[in-house]
Amino acid sequence: MGNSINKNRSFRWFIYILPALAIYTLFMAFPILNSIKLSFFTESGSEGSSFVGFNNYIKLFTHPETSARYWSAFRNTWVFFAVHMLVQNILGIIFANFLSNKLLKGSGFYRTIIFLPATLSILVTGYIWKLILNPQWGAVNLFLKSIGLGKFAIAWLGDPNIALIIISLVSSWQWVGMPTMMFLAGLNNIPDDLYEAAEIAGATDFQVFWNIKLPLLKPVIGIIAILTFVNNFNAFDVVFSMANVNGAPMFSTDILGTFFYRVGIAGQHPVGIPDRGLGAAVATITFILLSIGVAYIMRITKSDKGEV
Amino acid sequence: MSINIKGKLKSLIMPYTVLSVWTVIVLFPIWTMVVNSFKFKLDIYKDPFGFPIKFNIGSYKTVFQDSDFFIYFKNSIFVTVISIVFILILGALAAYAMANWKSKLSRWIHMFFIAGLMIPLRIGSINLLEIIKSMNLLNTYYSLLPIYIAMGLPMATFVLTEFIQQIPGELTEAALMDGARRSSIFVKIIVPLLRPALGTVAILNLVPIWNDLWFPLLFITNEKHKTLILGVTRLFGQYQTDWSRILAVLTLSALPVMGLYLLMSKQFIKGLTAGSVKG
Repeated sequence: MGNSINKNRSFRWFIYILPALAIYTLFMAFPILNSIKLSFFTESGSEGSSFVGFNNYIKLFTHPETSARYWSAFRNTWVFFAVHMLVQNILGIIFANFLSNKLLKGSGFYRTIIFLPATLSILVTGYIWKLILNPQWGAVNLFLKSIGLGKFAIAWLGDPNIALIIISLVSSWQWVGMPTMMFLAGLNNIPDDLYEAAEIAGATDFQVFWNIKLPLLKPVIGIIAILTFVNNFNAFDVVFSMANVNGAPMFSTDILGTFFYRVGIAGQHPVGIPDRGLGAAVATITFILLSIGVAYIMRITKSDKGEV
Repeated sequence: MSINIKGKLKSLIMPYTVLSVWTVIVLFPIWTMVVNSFKFKLDIYKDPFGFPIKFNIGSYKTVFQDSDFFIYFKNSIFVTVISIVFILILGALAAYAMANWKSKLSRWIHMFFIAGLMIPLRIGSINLLEIIKSMNLLNTYYSLLPIYIAMGLPMATFVLTEFIQQIPGELTEAALMDGARRSSIFVKIIVPLLRPALGTVAILNLVPIWNDLWFPLLFITNEKHKTLILGVTRLFGQYQTDWSRILAVLTLSALPVMGLYLLMSKQFIKGLTAGSVKG
């Protein structure tokens, strides 16, 4: 008797969850997980449901052209990630440290400014910067020429050695508000008496930052590292708008996002037909990398207290 | 003591310098975009950074006369609003249940939703393309709705469940004693209390949905169904030699979200970072 009432109650709760669960499962969980299956069951040419084993993976890693492109995109994705960690996140912690200073006036204004680019579309950001970096009439080169540094006025996006770095920096410009605000929230949670004690002990600002703030920010650093890591594999728009889907020049800005788009969605030159099985294999490897990466970052930055 | 204060003020030189330089770096591109969209073509080359001497609203006129621009705009508003409404309704219903229903199954479902916070949906694109095709939604903006709703739900259920759990039990228990039904408790007690959290979730979804390029690019080639951001890619190519016009397009596409942000930046910052801080 009591059991049946319980079941009935559970069922009624379940009804509340069902619509959300159904849409989430059908349009998110299923497509992501089914990509794994697709990578084993689809091959270009034979769009069927016959098992093809590891063929797509073998092709990805042994076909000379394909594997060269994959590894170049893979490497570039890590460069993209490294620039975000080093520039975006370190600027974020510096800005947050400044903004948390209670003597600083206009902190609200600076906060609004720092976060402003994050509300732009990545596409718009990419286009604006592409115009600014234009070698002939772009603002950056006009400025360099006007102060007599004309020899540094180069084709920023045309040089394969620096184009990727420039694009990563533009993306960091856009997103730096995220880590700034998260670090700021973390810093504001640190009790004031810790600073007072340090001040009485005669600690310098840098010592306070290094020995008190940074260790206490460890969980926030973890979350930011995870977000940066995940977004890095998600990136596509900024390369699309500043270079193109081929990662011009000479594939130097080709990242996993653009590679996946070319292989699995748009189809590569000269064939022009998407290789869905190969694309699914790329997606599956990305899925595994993400899962391992997120789990690893969570482990090494877990705070000793457990919770944030 | 006075030495101490002097020292403290001195220590502010560095923060002010760095923050002011960054302010210039942030505002310069946006300033360039807006002022040059009001200049005549040749004036841009003469003075690319200054305030326009002769105002030219011709570029905006041309953009508005491009009838597709309004269609893009309208489509984006439709997709964004409908998606957010569904995310809020479905998310709140699910969160209400997950906060109150204590069982193994409920915890499993909650974890299942949370897993969606870590994995970007883009990697399921190949399969989604097939699903959308089989639903006959390819080339329509309706295809975007289920995808944006699915994408928004993990964060929505996460933020809202946590919020509902903080609502004191006495508030709902008293109503239960009086024999109120679950649904009326939800409508009369939970939803009004949930309003700030719903605002957070709405903002959290507004920015990525409005600004999304990936899914429209994959699904839509029909001009009548393109969203604004996808349309911008076309106009950018088309107006390539006319900077003033390109910049007018970019300004117009950035304006809605940026305008809202400047009106309520506190809520935006809270909304866009809230979910991730707790994640």
